[in-house]
Amino acid sequence: MCLAVPARVEALDEATAMAVVSLDGIRKEVSTQLLEQVAIGDYVLIHVGFALERIDPVEAAKTLALFAELRAMDGNA
Amino acid sequence: MKYIDEFRDGDTARLLAGLIHKEVSPDRNYRLMEFCGGHTHAIFRFGIVDLMPENVRFVHGPGCPVCVLPAGRIEAAIRLAESSDIILCTYADLMRVPAGKKDSLHKARARGADIRMIYSATDALAIAQANPERQVVFFAIGFETTTPPTAAVIRIAAAMALTNFTVFCNHVLTPPAMAHILASGEASIDGILGPSHVSTIIGSQAYADCCAQYRMPLVIAGFEPVDVIQSTLLLIRQINEGIHRVENQYTRAVSASGNRKAKALMDEIFELRPRFEWRGLGELPDSALAIRHTYAAFDAEKRFHMAPVTTTDIKGCICPAVLRGVSNPDECKLFGTVCTPEEPKGACMVSSEGACAAYYSYGRFRAEVTS
Repeated sequence: MCLAVPARVEALDEATAMAVVSLDGIRKEVSTQLLEQVAIGDYVLIHVGFALERIDPVEAAKTLALFAELRAMDGNA
Repeated sequence: MKYIDEFRDGDTARLLAGLIHKEVSPDRNYRLMEFCGGHTHAIFRFGIVDLMPENVRFVHGPGCPVCVLPAGRIEAAIRLAESSDIILCTYADLMRVPAGKKDSLHKARARGADIRMIYSATDALAIAQANPERQVVFFAIGFETTTPPTAAVIRIAAAMALTNFTVFCNHVLTPPAMAHILASGEASIDGILGPSHVSTIIGSQAYADCCAQYRMPLVIAGFEPVDVIQSTLLLIRQINEGIHRVENQYTRAVSASGNRKAKALMDEIFELRPRFEWRGLGELPDSALAIRHTYAAFDAEKRFHMAPVTTTDIKGCICPAVLRGVSNPDECKLFGTVCTPEEPKGACMVSSEGACAAYYSYGRFRAEVTS
């Protein structure tokens, strides 16, 4: 029940706090009223028609860099 | 898909699992509770169990909202839907959960009650606007992830001064349930994989007291398989070092303090219930939310004077023990024979997040294959 999927913000309507998000081409209208800030191009976690939070691209990149390092180490072993 | 595919990469998963094999101590067992049903399903669906050493065991927690909702709450909703001309809206997960006397919302709908499945809390609001002559009740369930959307629609309904919309509130809280399981000690766990999206809302700090008090390592983990395996590795490292702290693997979506705006909204609309009954865990103090007096006009329990209903669970069903992390689903006599996802007897077999449904969908032939 607590599943939430990352989708890209395609369009924003600040007056109604609604956004159109896209998940692999599937477009859906969701509420952004739980977010402090959001911009077009952000990835947000969608749960029951609401964006719960922005995905932090810097933090995501750090985690992925760690995995890449692991794979590189394995390649050298 | 961005932020999904990278975290399902098989090579990374195998490398991380290799590190787990290298780092586990052979002279001990590691019993790790994944609190969330979402993690239970990731563990089975992606075959994570098979990547782990023998002495690393996953113990399934109570983090499945429909599983922990006592049958009496569903029975109360059925009675309300059948006694008056209301429209009852709920998330699909709840429809087939057994209530008392082999009943369910699904069966009540077949008998003629106007019960509708919705995707979002805002759908219930739209139904209320489209049917001004009828009362619309939103049967709301869920942990902290699902609570802010319910709070949002109550606030919208108040702003619109809707008089035909109320919420039957069954929202529950993660930290009190976690504390209860740790206090009882019966699941004998060594570490916890912390919730993903509950933590997005409440923040990683929310577990600090609980972990310190019970000296329990906890790693907040994303829901994708690589997230789960990396978090398991981090937990094993904490256990090996003999330390216990709240660690956050899911940094791309979880901060220390969580979503402040969502928390403020929840606080505006809801207050703590002094007591709430959980299936399996019993009555827990300050573990659930009720609608504040200021918003009483939107509280279905008050508007319809809903009386508490108690029912007995199905004989032989061990859902309560499964939810406490004491038993595994395949230890239940009903598992896979009398109780299946098509004809569920217990709540844990219904929900797509329930531990029994996970065993049935991905693991029921495991014993035959490995023996």
